[in-house]
Order: sequence, then structure tokens, then C-alpha cells
Amino acid sequence: FPEMAGAEGEDSLYPIAVLIDELRNEDVQLRLNSIKKLSTIALALGVERTRTELIPFLTDTIYDEDEVLLALAEQLGNFTMLVGGPEYVHCLLPPLESLATVEETVVRDKAVESLRKISQEHSPVDLEVHFEPLVKRLASGDWFTSRTSACGLFSVCYPRVSNTVKAEIRQHFRTLCSDETPMVRRAAASKLGEFAKVLELDYVKSDIIPLFTALASDEQDSVRLLAVEACVSIATLLPQEDLETLVMSTLRQAAEDKSWRVRYMVADKFSELQKAVGPEITKNDLVPAFQNLLKDCEAEVRAAAANKVKEFCENLPEDSRETLIMSHVLPCVKELVSDTNQHVKSALASVIMGLSTILGKDNTVEHLLPLFLVQLKDECPEVRLNIISNLDCVNEVIGIRQLSQSLLPAIVELAEDAKWRVRLAIIEYMPLLAGQLGVEFFDEKLNSLCMAWLVDHVYAIREAATCNLMKLVEKFGAEWAQNTIVPKVLGMSNDPNYLHRMTTLFCIKALSEACGQEITTKHMLPVVLKMSNDQVANVRFNVAKCLQKIGPVIDSNALQAEVKPVLEKLATDQDMDVKYFAQEAISVLALA
Amino acid sequence: CYPWAGSRLSRDSVALRRTPWSRPPPADAGGTRWVLEEIDNRKINNSFLRDHNYATEADIISTVEFNSTGELLATGDKGGRVVVFQREQESKNQPHRRGEYNVYSTFQSHEPEFDYLKSLEIEEKINKIRWLPQQNAAYFLLSTNDKTVKLWKISERDKRPEGYNLKDEDGRIRDPSTITSLRVPVLRPMDLMVEATPRRVFSNGHTYHINSISVNSDYETYMSTDDLRINLWHLEITNRSFNIVDIKPANMEELTEVITAAEFHPHQCNTFVYSSSKGSIRLCDMRAAALCDNHSKFFEEPEDPSNRSFFSEIISSISDVKFSHSGRYLMTRDYLTVKVWDLNMESKPLETYQVHDYLRSKLCSLYENDCIFDKFECVWNGSDSVIMTGSYNNFFRMFDRNTKRDVTLEASRENSKPRAILKPRKVCVGGKRRKDEISVDSLDFSKKILHTTWHPSENIIAVAATNNLYIFQDKVN
Repeated sequence: FPEMAGAEGEDSLYPIAVLIDELRNEDVQLRLNSIKKLSTIALALGVERTRTELIPFLTDTIYDEDEVLLALAEQLGNFTMLVGGPEYVHCLLPPLESLATVEETVVRDKAVESLRKISQEHSPVDLEVHFEPLVKRLASGDWFTSRTSACGLFSVCYPRVSNTVKAEIRQHFRTLCSDETPMVRRAAASKLGEFAKVLELDYVKSDIIPLFTALASDEQDSVRLLAVEACVSIATLLPQEDLETLVMSTLRQAAEDKSWRVRYMVADKFSELQKAVGPEITKNDLVPAFQNLLKDCEAEVRAAAANKVKEFCENLPEDSRETLIMSHVLPCVKELVSDTNQHVKSALASVIMGLSTILGKDNTVEHLLPLFLVQLKDECPEVRLNIISNLDCVNEVIGIRQLSQSLLPAIVELAEDAKWRVRLAIIEYMPLLAGQLGVEFFDEKLNSLCMAWLVDHVYAIREAATCNLMKLVEKFGAEWAQNTIVPKVLGMSNDPNYLHRMTTLFCIKALSEACGQEITTKHMLPVVLKMSNDQVANVRFNVAKCLQKIGPVIDSNALQAEVKPVLEKLATDQDMDVKYFAQEAISVLALA
Repeated sequence: CYPWAGSRLSRDSVALRRTPWSRPPPADAGGTRWVLEEIDNRKINNSFLRDHNYATEADIISTVEFNSTGELLATGDKGGRVVVFQREQESKNQPHRRGEYNVYSTFQSHEPEFDYLKSLEIEEKINKIRWLPQQNAAYFLLSTNDKTVKLWKISERDKRPEGYNLKDEDGRIRDPSTITSLRVPVLRPMDLMVEATPRRVFSNGHTYHINSISVNSDYETYMSTDDLRINLWHLEITNRSFNIVDIKPANMEELTEVITAAEFHPHQCNTFVYSSSKGSIRLCDMRAAALCDNHSKFFEEPEDPSNRSFFSEIISSISDVKFSHSGRYLMTRDYLTVKVWDLNMESKPLETYQVHDYLRSKLCSLYENDCIFDKFECVWNGSDSVIMTGSYNNFFRMFDRNTKRDVTLEASRENSKPRAILKPRKVCVGGKRRKDEISVDSLDFSKKILHTTWHPSENIIAVAATNNLYIFQDKVN
């Protein structure tokens, strides 16, 4: 397209020339940059030169670094218009074909993704003339990288080609399913479900099922476990009456596979499997299978199954749900609470609370609450944390009073846990607990804890504690704040530790709005102003930041008469940061 | 740093000192199956490859490995360098050059490092090299030193782009105002260039020294083994590995046993074995559990009480374990013997071969000079019918499992000339020494053959003798 370049003059040509030259610069970053602007280059070259010069050059550029190739593979997926529209889209196939054979999986996957994208832009004729032959070439390539890439392309061609070609495609897929290298069989197994979806139902039964059965009994467990995933899609496609004969024996076999990795996969996909096979099979087959997985000898499998307990129970058919849970699932769950492996316990703790909504108040109190208590006292902090984080589901079912009586002692213990993440989780639940326990109960049991966190040695805890106070004041009101919290907070301004003095400032910042103008002006402001003489610069600039924040809450007389002089003084401080924040406060509060 | 004057080696310039073959080959040598001849017109001298003609510590070859087709052969050395040789294609005009291996690529795989936290030096020495199954036109290998495994890609490039917009071909910057049209670079053929690029670095997986790496038949994982632990890695994931075996006792003072080698089964992706310093081999099934601390099979030969001595435990330590290509057998090497085990029989080995039993009386001095701790490797031939392992004095041994014949051969510069037939050697045990025998006392214990490898399908072997690599092949015709 020289006319275009000429028309716009040298000014526009030069940057493009730089971009083109940098396609082969020694610096990867520059090459990457150029590749990312490939559309700009193509636009400047025009569609014809892009097709005849740029694309052939890119086809041979597969020596590059992965990140460059990845970017190239992605760009080519959006290149249709730049090579002249759908009529010419097939000229993008050669570079993507060579990218689909590189060893780096991410690059190959991206090339396949782009190929899938541009396959939609091929006319049905072009698809058979250009695209399908490419798929065949990849499928029968010498190296397994190309054959793995082919697996992802069958499903996009299949719906749009003639019956003869369809038969060929099915044949190619069959061949890849029994490829000699496990890599290819894995790729085929992982695309089996997707391919089944585009096949006619008769072919699903006649072609896909035998392949599925074969892959599910492959000698390598890394292949078998992928068949489990395919099982979900295949089961969804088949009518209910065919499931038993075509899928279930394979699924049963997978759930009892010798390899724990396959059983793990079954456990991991259990909810999807459950939905795919429907309520009847679930009742008869999956419930016992699930029990077995919960009791599996490998901890990884138990953990995966434990993770699914809530979802599995939720999706059980309503008519028999409670009976099934009480008689089949709960006994296993009870055992898992005292499992030897902490990952299993922790997985269970993250979902076990969800059972209470399904089982209702009485069952929760009788059967679940004891389990919660055990887990809340578990030696592993992760287990305790997971229980705390899910208290709200139980709260809805049995009410906070009962919850607090049984759980409060354990919670208080956790509030003083040595692990700061555990303490943090408890703090985050304080407003929830406080709101429902009421002022009296809170003051009596929890207030002192909340104040103790303000002087915690971990900053994240002090910060969370500050935020917690604000939420408490929002719940209990300004008067409560003035009586219980404010005196303690202000008292800390004289603390010898500057970190604690700063906490006072952070609290004031957080509380001022909730406490309102009167308390802020009368009680808090004097303390803040006094602290502007602190020896520590960090405290002084936080005074400035604090004043900036509480300024809008303070009445305007005090702002002019008291705040302004202090900020002006701080604006001449020796410390750069103090100066900076004071000046910022002055300008935000418009005191200049 | 080592000087590298280009990666291409001019073979004709190799000038090695040679002693002419003065004695005729013994009459009976031709009758055995053990006729080997040197297939190269020179031995591959690792020192020479390093551009100096004297041997340094860094030139000592520390591992040698054929790839799965036998087309390539890789060596690693104490200097952290990897040299890859490629087999010359058969050509009609030069039939005698069939099978010659020439340098294909050389690169620095590992550099010396220092662990500042533990105040430990990490040597650059390549402990093991393992080839990956070929997946595209490039070749991939794993190399490891004591701590870090690296995945290398060795690829060819025969085209290079030509044509710049902003400069001339000779690099002169063009005046921007003269640029009136855009130029897209064109790829032109060029001399073949072989590049080695590091693709992945698997570090921080080991506290102790890595002694083995083994690629799984699932093509996506491999394991690395140190003295106390075995880790499983995904070939594409460098920041996470799974510990599958851990024999570290809670109290290190109770340590009685270390892992000496480990290998995956050649076909069953879930099976692997590891050997220990106590002479036992454990076979584990990864299907049974995520942690393989409990073995599924335990191979050990009961100790013969009459042979018990101070050195018993040291010499029973297994220095190498290898599955046969068929996957049916295991071979282990301890200090004095090499043993073949049937996977179906745990109680005792199927076959035991004496490698250098005449050293049994010298164990005391071998202990004093530390030789008793040498780690000899062992290899199978392509059909699992012959096994090979090394010894001292540049001797290496071969055992035919069917005919029960064995032979001692020598890899040495003085005794051979191009395409000469190797002469079997004999060590004299009794008092009377025959003319062509060598006495035990005159064996050179500093010349040891620790590392050998056998072509996967042909009778070609590569033998590392300190800084020299010898390649021998079955006599053609």
C-alpha cells in the first residue's frame, strides 16, 4: 500500500519503519512491543503486502522467545480484516500451524485458540479446502506437539463440513484417542466432552462411548483421570435411560480406581457428575460412592470429597435429602472431624457450616453443633479459621443466643490466638456478633477484647481493630461511644509508644464521622491538636492527615480558630513529610 | 570462565599423541562376541573440547547419556558444561565414517554458586543428564548439579532475516528522510546454527545433594532425588514440586540410611524404585498414595554372615539402579558386584556378577584412599541381554546374561588406534602372572570408569574415562 504511506508523508512512515525493524531487535522487550503492534504494521503495509510479505515472514519466526510467540499467536487470531477479510483469512493458517507445533504449551494453546477463532471466519467451502486439511496435517504430524494441538480443532470444524469430511474427522479423532504417546491421549481425553457435544447423538453412542470407555481404562492414570471430566459432558448429552448401560459402569470403576489421582478427580467433579446423572442414579449409586470417597485411604481424596459435602447434600433430591444425609453422609462427616490429616479437616471446616441450613435447627443443635465445637478447638488454625468465617450460616439457623453460649468461649480463646490471621478473622466477625448479642452482652464479654486489639503488636490487627470500632459505633450509637470507647482511645494519646499514639489518631479518623460534630469537636479535637507537638515526625504528619479527615466534621469556628494555626505551624515543620501533609490538609480544607 | 573459541570443532586439527599398535591382536579375541572397535578416528578428548590440551579438574566427565534414538550423545563434566554429540549420517562415499559422533552443541549448563544462607558452595558439576522424549524438531534434556535441575532446548536454525528499514545491510544508519517505502524483512538460508537455550530452571527443591533425575513415561513429569528425599516435578511448572518420598528422621542423629539412586519404570508411569546405602531397593506405586513413604516392594539379599566384615555395609551400598528396557528387571551396582533382580522376586537377585572380586582383599587400602566410596554406574544393552559397568585402571566389564560370558576391556589412549579391535584384559589373581595379565597391585585406582552408556538399539557404547570419552562399537563385518 505505498500510496497510503506516500499520502501521509514520511512522518507516519518512520514510526512504522522502526516497528518493523524492531520485530528482529535483540531486545526481547522491543520485539514483544513490535509484535503487540502488529496490527499497526499490517495497516500501514496494506492487506496485500501483509499477505505476501508480513505473514510469510511471521510464519518462519518461530525461533523466538515464548512470550513473543504467545503474543504473535494471540495477534493472529484478530488479523482477519488486516489480510483482507474472510475471503483471505486462510492465509493466516500457515503461521498458526507452525505455532501449533512448538513445545511450549501456552503458545500452542494460544495458537489453537486463535485457529478456533478464525475457523468461524472461514466460509464452509474454505473450511473444507483450507482449514480441514490443516487439522488433518496436525493430526497425522510426526511430533506429538502437533497431534495434541489437532485435538482442540475437531469440534470447531465438525458442525460446518459435509458428511464425508465429518466421517474423516471422526476417524482422526478415534486414531488420536489411541495414540502411542500419553500426551496425545491426554489431549484427546480432555477434548472428548467438547467433541461429543457437536456430534449427532447416534455417533455419540457409537463413536464417543467406546472411546470414552477405552480412555477411562487407559494404562496411564494421567489419561484415565481426564476421562472423568469427559464423563460429565457425555452424561449430560445422553438420555436418562442410556446412562446406566453406557456410562455408569465406567464411572463406578473410576470411583474405585486403583490410582488415588483418578479417585481424586471423581471427588473433585462430584457435584457436576451428580447433576449430570440425575437424582435416581445419585440416590442409588453416587451416595455410596461418595461415602467411600469420604472414607478413602488417601488424604488428598478425602479432602476433595470433604470439600464437596455441602454441595452434594444440597443437590440431593428433596424428598429423601434429610434421610440420606442423616443416615449416610453425616456418619462419615463425624469421622472426618477428627481426621488425622489437617487438610481434610480444613476442607471440611470450610463447608460443614453450610449443612445447618439444609438440616434445620433441631438437627443442627443436636448433631452439628458438637462438631463445630470440636473443630473450633482444633489444633490447626486453618480449621478454626474456616469455622469462624462461616458462622453466619449457623447464625441464621439456630440464633445468636444459642450460638454465643456454645461458641463464645472458643471465640474468646481464638481472639487471643498466637496467629495474627486467626485474630484478624475474629475481628472481622465482631460487628456481626455485636449487632446480634446486644450492647449489654457485648460490653460484658467482648469490649475488653476489642480494646486490647488496638495495642496488638501486628499492624494489620490494629488497623482492623480501628475499623471494627467504627462499625461498632455505627451499631451502638454516639452516646455509647462517648461512654465506653472514646475515653480509652484518647487515653492512648499519652502512651510512651508512638505506635499506640498513632493508633489514637487512626481511631479518631475512623470514628469522627460516626461520633458526630459535638464529640469530635469537644473531645477529640483538643487531643489531636495537642499531639501536633509530638517529638515523632510520624505522629505529627498523622496529625495533619487526621485533621484533614476530621475537618469537615468539626464546626467551622473551631476549624478557623484552632485547626488553622496548628496546620500552619506544621507546614513549616523541619520534616518534609510533615510539611507535605500539612500543606495538603490546608489546601483540602481550604484554609489558605 | 572457560574460553570458547566458537562452538564448532575442527576435527582435523585434533592432534593426539598415539602409540602405534605394536602387538597383533590375540588369536582368540575374534571368536568372542566382544569384538569392539573404536569407531572414531580419535577419542573425544574433553580437555581438547575446552580449548586446552591439558586436563583440568573441570574437564573430568561426570555423566554420559544417549538419547532415546541414539542419534545424540550428551556428556556433562565437573566444570558444569554439557557437550552434545550427533551421529554422522551414513554416507556412501565415506562408509568408514558410519557411526562417528561429532560435536553438535556445547554449552555451559551450570555455574558455581554460593548459598549465602547456609554458607555453602554449590558446585557446577553436572551429576546427571536425562533426555526427554522428542516432541518436535528440537531436542530437550534435563541436566542437574547438586541443587538445581535445568531443562535445555537444543535446536537448529538455518535461516536468518535480512533487510532493515533504518539501516543498510552493513549496519550503517540510513537518513530517515530517504525512507520512502517500508521494507518487510525476508528470511534467507544461512549456515546451520545449533542453539542451546535454557527453558526452565527447577530450583529450591532440594536441601541435600541431587543424585538422580528420571523422566516419567507420562511425558509430563520427572523426579529428582537427593540423599533423603524424592521430589516429583511437572516439566512445565518450576515453582512447585511434590515431595513423594522423605526418609529424613526427625532427629538426624538417628540417620542410618540414605537414598543413593532412583528411577522411573520405563512404561508404567506410576512405578518407581529407589536404592539405599544399605543395599536395599524399594519399589513404590504412586497410585496407592500421594506420599510414597510406604513401598510396595522391597528387594534385599540377606547378608552372608560368613562374609561379614567392617566393610560389609559400605560395599553393599547401591551406587546405581536401572530398570531394564522391558521393565521386567532391575539392575543394581554395589562396590564389588552388579546384580539383576526380577521385579517378581524380592528375596534375592536373579543373577549376581562379580565386577572385580579381586579387590575384596584390598578393601582396607581402598577405604583409606576413599575409593571404596566411588559410585559406579551400570547400563543395559538395547535388548537387555548384556550389562556393562566400570572398574579401575580404565577397565570396564561386560556380562552376557545368556551365555554367562564376561569380558574386561580397557579404555585407554595407549592401547588403541583408530578402528582397532579392543583386546580383552585379564587381572591376575594368584601368584603366577601370565604374560598378558596385569597384577592387582599394579592397577591404577585413579583411573576409574564410573560413567558409561549404551546406544538404545545398537551395539555402540560410550565410556567416560576421566577427561576422555571413548566410543566403541561392535565390529562391523
